[in-house]
Amino acid sequence: MSRGVGVTLEDVWIRFGDFVAVREANVNINGGEFFSFLGPSGCGKTTILRAVSGFLEPSDGRILIGGKDMAGFGPNKRPTALIFQNLALFPLMKVWENITFSLEVQGVSKLERRKRADELLDMIALPGQGDKLPSELSGGQKQRVAIARALCAEPDVLLLDEPLSALDLKLRQHMRTELREIQQRVGITFIYITHDQGEALTMSDNVAVMRAGVIDQIADGHTIYNDPATPFVASFVGENNVFRGRIKSIDGKHAIIETNRSGALVARIAPAAIGQLSVGDQAMMFLRPEACNLATETSLTHNRIRARVQNEEFEGQTYNVFLEGDQGKEIKMSLVNVGQDRQSEVGQDLTLEYNPDQAIILPFGELASE
Amino acid sequence: MKSENVFLKILLGAYLILFFGYLLGPLLVMSITAFNSPSFPKMTPWECLTFEWFDVLANDERILNGIRNSLIVGTGTVILSVTMGLAGALILTQIWPRLRATYYTIVIAPILIPGVVLGISTLVFWDRINVMLGFSSDSFLHNGIFLTILGQSTFIASYCMLVFIARLQRFDVGLTEAALDLGATNVQAFRKILLPFMKPAIGSAAVLAFLASFENYNTTTFTFGKYPTLTIELAQKVRYGINPSISALAFIIIALTLFGALAHEMYRRKQQLALANGAPVSAVTGKGFQLPKFLKGNPAAILLIILTLGAISTIWYAQVHSPQQCILDVREQKRIETEKKIQAIKEKRRQEMLKKQQEQQKAAPSSNQAIESLAKVLLVAYSRLKTLKIMHLMVPPLFRKARRTIQVKAHLAAYLHRRI
Repeated sequence: MSRGVGVTLEDVWIRFGDFVAVREANVNINGGEFFSFLGPSGCGKTTILRAVSGFLEPSDGRILIGGKDMAGFGPNKRPTALIFQNLALFPLMKVWENITFSLEVQGVSKLERRKRADELLDMIALPGQGDKLPSELSGGQKQRVAIARALCAEPDVLLLDEPLSALDLKLRQHMRTELREIQQRVGITFIYITHDQGEALTMSDNVAVMRAGVIDQIADGHTIYNDPATPFVASFVGENNVFRGRIKSIDGKHAIIETNRSGALVARIAPAAIGQLSVGDQAMMFLRPEACNLATETSLTHNRIRARVQNEEFEGQTYNVFLEGDQGKEIKMSLVNVGQDRQSEVGQDLTLEYNPDQAIILPFGELASE
Repeated sequence: MKSENVFLKILLGAYLILFFGYLLGPLLVMSITAFNSPSFPKMTPWECLTFEWFDVLANDERILNGIRNSLIVGTGTVILSVTMGLAGALILTQIWPRLRATYYTIVIAPILIPGVVLGISTLVFWDRINVMLGFSSDSFLHNGIFLTILGQSTFIASYCMLVFIARLQRFDVGLTEAALDLGATNVQAFRKILLPFMKPAIGSAAVLAFLASFENYNTTTFTFGKYPTLTIELAQKVRYGINPSISALAFIIIALTLFGALAHEMYRRKQQLALANGAPVSAVTGKGFQLPKFLKGNPAAILLIILTLGAISTIWYAQVHSPQQCILDVREQKRIETEKKIQAIKEKRRQEMLKKQQEQQKAAPSSNQAIESLAKVLLVAYSRLKTLKIMHLMVPPLFRKARRTIQVKAHLAAYLHRRI
């Protein structure tokens, strides 16, 4: 982690005319960290990346790389390398020329470049492929060439703009581990842009979740998943059942919410919301499908919900039961398939229970649209 | 149904023949006239196979000078037009979007303006500039080559720009950004990324510009000054009558074009074939040249080879072949024909005279009348002699051979004598 250089965004605003693409972004990325920006498309995460790499200047605020203000430095003067969404490999150059382009523009001799290219090709497990054209490589190979090309420039910060989105699922999962490995080997700061929460959670040390130009939460993957700071984060990262209602009572870390349809339910108040809620406030409760279990008793308590089974879905490892829920939405519960007989039938009434610590209460807010 | 199909097919065939005849017929006729010996470009009657018009062409100073000027102007126009076209196309991608349509209209306008107007305005504009700068009338601003290059480039650059715009639309701006991000300067990104990408378009634009410059007449006619291009020379030649050396020139140009087109097509097909057979792209772009493989299923290559062989054998034949004997034969034949015609006319006249005499004898056989008729006959004979002389003028070889004329005269005299 020695080579990594920190990146800091101080009150960064980016506007295009009247449109605000990024609103008051404050991010502190430590050196050698794998940091992800996670958000739906159009939330401004690519804009942030382009501002860090120098393709656009922030309208307000400062971007510091290694403590140095980057204002006025063009993309070719910054210690960053960007891996583009479409990879942007130079189609007319051979693989090795692609990889060592950053050396070529510095005037490094061909012999030396060739040597460096071979080293990097070994590193990305593509030895002897240097004389091919990019169009002759498979998707995953191109991906690795793009990484090698960026690493060849020996950047302090590597920026990745959804580089895996064009790959198929299997390859994507493989490349995730590979990227993480490469990052740990070279020890430089990775800033990763994605709309795929799986990518963000598996690879990152820290994740910033963005919504419409605003950063909702910056935390490690665990915290993002278990203690979302806003309803948006709760609904965007992973699956969540939403229960709307009003706070009925607050008891330390827990609160009881009077829901519109499922009665009074108890849940933990999200750490980010502690002190913000009072009795009578509109609020939302989030319950993960995997936190639901079939109740052993049918008597209703504050952590049990009784509803009619609408649908069932068998996934092998788990099976999902969809119950009639709030505002026409279904309550999804995922049950681990342990081989026993199915305990539910469509049309049947069913009672589910949950651990109140695994449910979260947040102030009323905007959800991620499906 | 079936008969209808056949009918349609015949119709289609006829249409195709007509269409290609219309397109290529004039070129074919022109090419054939280059090898026929009459001194006016003719396909029929076919007289002698000759290559002398190529010699005539090779010795025609004005044509050669025209070609030289055309080449100089063409090269200059290519350089200027390609540069301006590329710059224009690049600006179109960079310009503020709301100005784009206006800009496009302005830079495309020269294509719509008649070449004559461009020619005159180029001449007038640079003349004014010359006067403003106080240069003499033989300064480079009045130089025909300078003016012609500028005049032609005004609209040829727009053509080039269209070619570049089409190519640029497929350019991924991300590539330039990637280059910048990897530390390249703007100049390096342009030279190493954009320019190689534009290379095919630059090639086609250069060819297009050269051809447009080479064939241009209406702009050049105002600007050429002391440096007439080939088209100008040809146009001037046509005014004073032409000979088949122009056909020879046309044939050379057609042959070169055909060679170029076929070579390009062959290369393209070779690539396609190799790609279709699963060869890697890098192998295709290499210089590997394997005869049997690339010939397979490549009609363009076969045609090219046949054409090359044809050209080589033609040139060899031209070295060996001497049309002199044939030309002499044709001349002799023509002479004999003319003589036959003369004989026929003579025979006809004799018949007519005989008829007239018989009629006159029948009408009035008196001695007085006989003298009168003799005078008439003499008059007719005299006029016939005159006619013959005129005919000799029309047939120079005959006329030159005075001996033969005398013979004819003697023959006539004897004839007249006999009649009297």
